Amino acid sequence: MTAMSTVPWLTILGLIPLVGALVVAFVPGSAENAKRMAIGFSLVTLVVGIIAATQFDRASSKQFQLGEQHSWIPQFGVSYALGVDGIALVLILMALVLTPICLLAAWHDVPEEAGPRGGQRVKSYFALILVLETFMVGVFAATDVFLFYVFFEAMLIPVYFLIGRFGGPRRQYAAMKFLLFSLAGGLIMLVAVIALYLQGPGGSDGFLIERLTGLQMDPTTERLLFVGFFFAFAVKAPMVPFHTWLPDAATESSPATATLLVGVLDKVGTFGMIRFCLQLFPEASEWATPVVVALAVISVIYGALLAIGQTDMMRLVSYTSVSHFGFIVLGIFAFTNVGHAGSTLYMVNHGFSTAALFLFAAMLVRRRGSKRIPDFGGWQRITPALAGIFLIAGLSGLGLPGLASFVSEFTVLVGSFPTQPVAAVIATAGIILAALYILLMYKKVMTGPKPEGLVSEREHDRLDEPARRGLTAVRDLTTREKLVAAPLIAAFLVLGFLPNLALNVINPAVDQTLSHVQKAIPNLNPAGTVAEGSSK
Amino acid sequence: MGTLVQTLASSPSTLSTYAVGLATHEGEAHAASGVTAYAWLLVALPLLGAAVLLLGGRRTDKFGPVLATVLSWSAFVVGALVFLAMLGRGAEDRAVGIDLFDWVAAGAFKVSAGLLVDQLSMVFVLLITFVGSLIHVYSLGYMEHDPDRRRFFAYLNLFVAAMLLLVLANSYLLLYVGWEGVGLASYLLIGFWNYNPAYATAANKAFVANRVGDFGLSIAIMLMFFHFGAVDFQTVLGAAGDNANQGFMTAIGLMLLLGACGKSAQFPLQSWLGDAMAGPTPVSALIHAATMVTAGVYLVVRSSAIFEAAPTAQLVVVIVGAITLLFGAIVGCAKDDIKKALAASTMSQIGYMMLAAGLGPVGYAFAIFHLLTHGFFKAGMFLGAGSVMHGMNDQVDMRRFGGLSGAMKITWATFGLGWLAILGVPPFSGYWSKDKIIEAAFIGEGWRPWVFGLAALIGAGITAFYMSRLFFMTFHGKKRWTDDVHPHESGLLMTVPMMILAVGSAFLGLVLGATGGITTWLEPVTGAEPEGAHPVLPPWLLVVLTLVLVAAGIALAWLRYWRDDVPAKAPAGSLLTQAARKDLYQDQVNEALLMRPGIHLTRSLVFADSKGVDGAAGGLAALVGGTSSRLRKLQNGFARSYALTMLAGVVAILGALWVMS
Repeated sequence: MTAMSTVPWLTILGLIPLVGALVVAFVPGSAENAKRMAIGFSLVTLVVGIIAATQFDRASSKQFQLGEQHSWIPQFGVSYALGVDGIALVLILMALVLTPICLLAAWHDVPEEAGPRGGQRVKSYFALILVLETFMVGVFAATDVFLFYVFFEAMLIPVYFLIGRFGGPRRQYAAMKFLLFSLAGGLIMLVAVIALYLQGPGGSDGFLIERLTGLQMDPTTERLLFVGFFFAFAVKAPMVPFHTWLPDAATESSPATATLLVGVLDKVGTFGMIRFCLQLFPEASEWATPVVVALAVISVIYGALLAIGQTDMMRLVSYTSVSHFGFIVLGIFAFTNVGHAGSTLYMVNHGFSTAALFLFAAMLVRRRGSKRIPDFGGWQRITPALAGIFLIAGLSGLGLPGLASFVSEFTVLVGSFPTQPVAAVIATAGIILAALYILLMYKKVMTGPKPEGLVSEREHDRLDEPARRGLTAVRDLTTREKLVAAPLIAAFLVLGFLPNLALNVINPAVDQTLSHVQKAIPNLNPAGTVAEGSSK
Repeated sequence: MGTLVQTLASSPSTLSTYAVGLATHEGEAHAASGVTAYAWLLVALPLLGAAVLLLGGRRTDKFGPVLATVLSWSAFVVGALVFLAMLGRGAEDRAVGIDLFDWVAAGAFKVSAGLLVDQLSMVFVLLITFVGSLIHVYSLGYMEHDPDRRRFFAYLNLFVAAMLLLVLANSYLLLYVGWEGVGLASYLLIGFWNYNPAYATAANKAFVANRVGDFGLSIAIMLMFFHFGAVDFQTVLGAAGDNANQGFMTAIGLMLLLGACGKSAQFPLQSWLGDAMAGPTPVSALIHAATMVTAGVYLVVRSSAIFEAAPTAQLVVVIVGAITLLFGAIVGCAKDDIKKALAASTMSQIGYMMLAAGLGPVGYAFAIFHLLTHGFFKAGMFLGAGSVMHGMNDQVDMRRFGGLSGAMKITWATFGLGWLAILGVPPFSGYWSKDKIIEAAFIGEGWRPWVFGLAALIGAGITAFYMSRLFFMTFHGKKRWTDDVHPHESGLLMTVPMMILAVGSAFLGLVLGATGGITTWLEPVTGAEPEGAHPVLPPWLLVVLTLVLVAAGIALAWLRYWRDDVPAKAPAGSLLTQAARKDLYQDQVNEALLMRPGIHLTRSLVFADSKGVDGAAGGLAALVGGTSSRLRKLQNGFARSYALTMLAGVVAILGALWVMS
């Protein structure tokens, strides 16, 4: 089931940022230097990731590729086993693309303190982000259930410190809330992980996913195990009603942390639902579908309504994610190949889309010194380019056709409709609410009369001294900010018109997963349509 | 990626082009001639313009507007060449499909991006590129002094590209891209002067109302995929006839209609169009009169195979059209804002088109024909209104106009031709298109021809009244100008496009209608008019009745708005007038039914989420965390130490396992 690789690509991918973190944190030198090194390491990781991706064969019949396997704790059946299918591969690549963008956006997140060791705080901030990148690779690449669990929990450590040390005024509270919610989910999962091992064949590699797929289990046991895993993933995803940690965590953490948290880490929840819930417990997944789909649809509508009601930009963005995760979960539990492919693509697109929303909003926040939407108004007049990219990010958030998120959102809906028509129709109403939360925010922030006391830098330069008095110049996009924005907007367009770049890799993995499910549920119709054979 | 690059770089021979037959009329395979294979340039050229102007920034300020105009005209040239190539082929070989690239392949959901160049899309291509390019030229004059005119022209180009994609797409999914693309351009242009908060609100209102329609379009596409396993026109429309599961067809039809109602400002999603007049007037002419708002009619006619398999949905189309044509006409009678009066008229005229589109094969060609003539005369009148505003310090209140015929002779004359055309006075354009719709509305059995026919007939009378009112209040009667205005004729950049559109308003109907050219042209797409379909009243009588009503409408308007003095302040008016002034209370209804409950719901959810859900979930987390203390205690350190202990415990266990191994 796993195609082994002669080069340990995935281990290398995980090690580069880890080494980078150590270098950044401990090698003496200026903070500026450390930042550049951090970006350098993340870019090297990206390049290696792309090279590794070229080794991936999408025609392979094996579920996992680029595989590595070493015995770790044979007494307990734990292996150090890595490997990726198309789903994991695109998620890892998304994380590798986002990390350097976040590092670049994080340039001024942490002020350098005075004194000889004043740069240390900056260094540890950048180092922690690199550590996080290591765990992000690991968690998607683990093909051993226990190893997955280790990465799943280990991710909490850098995130806890990133939020708790480098966040806003209520960062301690937010970090703790995040940790408690995650640990609550994680501990229940740990019980389920161990119980699953006991159900399996055991042995020195008994935690490998391939050994645990297709187990014959007593339905009650299977359902309990499913719930154990699902709960952890639902907290992580986050689904209503386990979502309340997210707005606090997102608004109190630095924008780069929020991006990686919501854009990548939360995907572990929905990724886990495909990889573990559906693949390991197909019957229980089917059993739970009505409840899960109901929660998903509630998340779509509830998250969107909550987003409309927010006055804090970062909280607004995080509630839009609650809504978007509802779509992803809906597509997964639709049990169609269209829904699965759509959900996976959605995970990738949402990563870029949310990154754009968080990071572009942060550019405004930094200029204004406030996250409160009512503190803005008329900014299109003074920062037209920033307004432009902010609008594009918003349009991606509301799923405008032509941009990437439309393809995935629509595919999820098309793929969910055959098996969950009512849910799909209600979720479709989410596109109306999405227009509301994005455009209302844009209106309040960007439109209206020019804000008092502020002028664009260009105009400021043109004014003579007495006219300038009392006016603060606001810079439009800096070069660094343009570098942050360009790859994200390029991703919207490329994946909007050529989504097959990702889908061609995703489709075989989806078929693999669904074939496991189909063994347990023979009457499954992965295509979903009634028009069997009539399609061209 | 490779496919696209290959496509863009390829010679025509490597592009896969094929003849397609839709609906009931199958065409025979025919090799496309060279120029047709380049039809994608229609979309690409204006899109390039938008990209250059938006990305180029201030560097393109100087040449940007001219570049955008040139690119728009280039698209027209391409369109005209493709049209000529089409004319050179026999009627059954004119529809050509062009594959561009594989777009989406997600599991069983496979959609390739391609264009469908047929008689129907060609009518639109010519209308959009010709009127669109004229309006680009007009805007060079109209927007001359606007500091942001580069952005304006970028959005105009973006609109033209999206609109062409909408009508050329070969699948419902690609159509959707154009469909929301024009919605975006409309949003950007309505809010072009969004430093005025009311204009920003108008832009939002338009987008959200359109999204409600798009909800319908989305569901229609989902139903299509479920039922047919595909969403391209050829598969869906080809199977719609023989495979008709009527329930499905009805559902798809109604959902498509919902989409059409949003885009075309049809009842009950009409409320955004009046506010959309916040956009600069060339935008109102191009987007909110001539092209975008008629996209709903295109959608219904394009989907004729579905509607013909769903009589119920078809009936609803007719009802929506009839309601909207009367709604718009009544509102138009009470508006004093010249642009809002024209907007109400647009709504009403699209109601006519929608009604015709719902009548089936007797109406399709006339729906499109009226769309075409309306595109000319309404765009012309909007440009005329812009010219008036230009001369009157951007005022829009017709109660402060009057007697402008002397000061602005060209505007008066061109506007006058548009006025005659919309009235349906023979031999001007509207006579050939609108009277045919009235006649078609009287065809049928039972109560329908009487209800719909009378609605269309009465609508014609009201149209004559409100359009004459508008024309007389603006150009005739006493001068009621404010002291600061000095009306003058606009420059040639503005008047020449008005003159060209006026020529179209005068003669387009005669050229295409009297000869039957438009019906013959569209027949392969829309099907032939059924033999033996006669109106319940003789056609000559309908013509006479229409003309009598029109004359009555003109006479009444003449009495009240030319002969009598028009008060500068609007009189209180009857209850109906008051209701019409407030758009028959559409906003009040929407506010009471949707907005206020929505705001309450949102507010209470925000409150409940922070108190209830968070509290409960926090309590649960605290419980799992081994403490029964409430969430607020998190801050006092106890919970933190618990959590850290737990984390440390997990790490310790893992470490122990590591060591043991």
